[in-house]
Amino acid sequence: MRFLFKTSYAPDLGLFRDSVQRNWYVALLAGLLVLPRLVPEYLVDISLVFIYGLCGLSVMVLAGYTGLISLGHAAFLGIGAYAHVYFVHDLGLPWVVAMALAAATSAAAGVLVGLPALRMTGVYLAIATLAFALIIQEVFTRWDRVTGGLKGRPVDKAVIFGVPFASDLAFYLLCLGFLIGGLWLTANLLRSPTGRAWVAIRDSEIAAQSMGVNLGAYKTLAFAYSAGLMGVAGALFAHKIGFLAPDIFSVLFSIQFLLMVVVGGLGSLHGAVFGAVFVAMLPVLISQARDAVPAWVGGVAAVLGKDASEAVFLATGRFVKQPGLEPGLFGLILVLFILFEPLGIFGRWMKIKLYFSMFPLYKRATFRRQKTYMRSERLR
Amino acid sequence: MPSARGSTGNGPGSEERGLDTVLQLVLNGLAVGCIYGLVALGFVLIYKATELVNFAQGDLLMLGAFTCYMFVVWYGVGYWLAFVLAVAAVAAFGAVLDATVLRRVIGQPQFALVMLTIGLAAMFRSFASITWGSEIYTLPTPFSAKATRIGGVAVSHEYVSIIVGTVLLCGALYTFFTFTRVGVAMQAASQNQLAAYYMGIPVKRMFSLVWAISAGVAAIAGVLLAPVSLIDINLGFIGLKAFSAAVLGGFGSIPGALVGGVTIGLIELFSGVYLPQGFKDVAAYVVLLIVLAVRPQGMFGTVGRKKV
Repeated sequence: MRFLFKTSYAPDLGLFRDSVQRNWYVALLAGLLVLPRLVPEYLVDISLVFIYGLCGLSVMVLAGYTGLISLGHAAFLGIGAYAHVYFVHDLGLPWVVAMALAAATSAAAGVLVGLPALRMTGVYLAIATLAFALIIQEVFTRWDRVTGGLKGRPVDKAVIFGVPFASDLAFYLLCLGFLIGGLWLTANLLRSPTGRAWVAIRDSEIAAQSMGVNLGAYKTLAFAYSAGLMGVAGALFAHKIGFLAPDIFSVLFSIQFLLMVVVGGLGSLHGAVFGAVFVAMLPVLISQARDAVPAWVGGVAAVLGKDASEAVFLATGRFVKQPGLEPGLFGLILVLFILFEPLGIFGRWMKIKLYFSMFPLYKRATFRRQKTYMRSERLR
Repeated sequence: MPSARGSTGNGPGSEERGLDTVLQLVLNGLAVGCIYGLVALGFVLIYKATELVNFAQGDLLMLGAFTCYMFVVWYGVGYWLAFVLAVAAVAAFGAVLDATVLRRVIGQPQFALVMLTIGLAAMFRSFASITWGSEIYTLPTPFSAKATRIGGVAVSHEYVSIIVGTVLLCGALYTFFTFTRVGVAMQAASQNQLAAYYMGIPVKRMFSLVWAISAGVAAIAGVLLAPVSLIDINLGFIGLKAFSAAVLGGFGSIPGALVGGVTIGLIELFSGVYLPQGFKDVAAYVVLLIVLAVRPQGMFGTVGRKKV
């Protein structure tokens, strides 16, 4: 275990804990810059991971740091995407201005839906955002003039200051830049009084209020920031998919974002990125498993004889090719993480690290969470 | 919103026809609203008992409808027996779900609870699509496609069955919660868990029972709804509209849930006829947002705060 000995306040103000940590991040950045040379065929998929990372960051600020649940973040993504395309294509604004306006539109929508619901406890916000997302999806379908309705709307490649970002590599770098910018901004924001206030609200609203935190203002701010970040991600997402249709921004997509932060690890920026990688990888893993699992199960059943093996192979093959299996698998992963590893992948990583650095003194109770039974403690 | 106005066919015509249309809409709205009310009732029962908002309630309704369909069409069981079997199966499933999964997360942050039920809902839908396929089914019932004309209003037996079923069920639940020992114990457990423990009430078993009742109510709503709507795996989305009903009535109030459900049902059907196209699908959600903005505690609700 490494102990830090600080002799001034300067190390506390730094973004990284020490030079070792900083060097690791520099190495990671170098790796990401070299990556396009190693796997040029996967660049588009990795760009999507970066965009998902921004989405995860947005949901993480809201759910992981402020303790608010939103089931409608796909709507903010959609608002960002459609607004950006509208500003660039129909109004002919410069790309950067359109992006900023898209983020502002999305943030404004966030304030609009958040203001009434934020006065209430968490579940009301979840329900209100769900309702909002369903209304917005209907608006996307019906508002032909701007969104193109059910026919959808094609999106051109990004052109920034006259420089076209048409190639996969350019778009990869663009997304990477935005993700790093988002991470940097969010990390700094979370270390500022604003971020501390958010965390205080998450941990105890009443305690935060009695410390002088204006609940309504800070919750609305968190919601607006989160929605704005989602708007930026939406603008990039529009360029990534190249074609906008209303049914992309469904409730299932919102749930996928929540899955991202739960699986990644609530309450850490690392978790947002881990979750993004996980969610983007999952469809690939599932399609791999679709081919591999019947063979394994058939192999296991071969103990019972050749016919049994054949039958089991076919039955499992039919089962894993069911189209409805995928959302169920998402749900199962979500349930298993909530039950067995509420801190997500990042939490598991922390535990493993602590186990080795404290060996043999590691104790499970370090991470035990206190339970609160609200009903019995509630004032009438 | 788009300007495609008034192409809904049965819009208000002459004075005479207008009244009939209104009566017809009231009847149908009442029936649809009863379904919303029943699902909302399920939310409220669970919320009052365990502080958990069950996002899988609509999917329990879907499971109920599918189970009944399976008994009637696949196994040739009579409608009434299938009704009872389906409700019993889903209720038992609810109790098992509580005992095995949901009990473990009580006391954890709200976020975990919400995510857990969302995950469960996704699993139920996936299960239904694998077991019963993603086709659309119709459930044959004794009430199907029969109607009595009273004046100018066609009173469909399916709608009447929903309304009668809801009224009977509410009467039964009221009797159960007010006059039986178990019902009163359940109320005690939901008012104060610790005090109920000290009084010797088996709180865990009570919660499982609440889950069973709630799932059973959802299944009943599903079976009643099945002849009117078609059965498919998206039937569970009705749960989202029932949220509006529950919030409108004030989350945590049982009569509120029913009144809220009926109100939402009426608003929805009337907006389908008198407002531009597209409003019918989102009317419930618009009402929800307005209620949250204007009167967040709903019609009958009370706002509680946590003690420190």
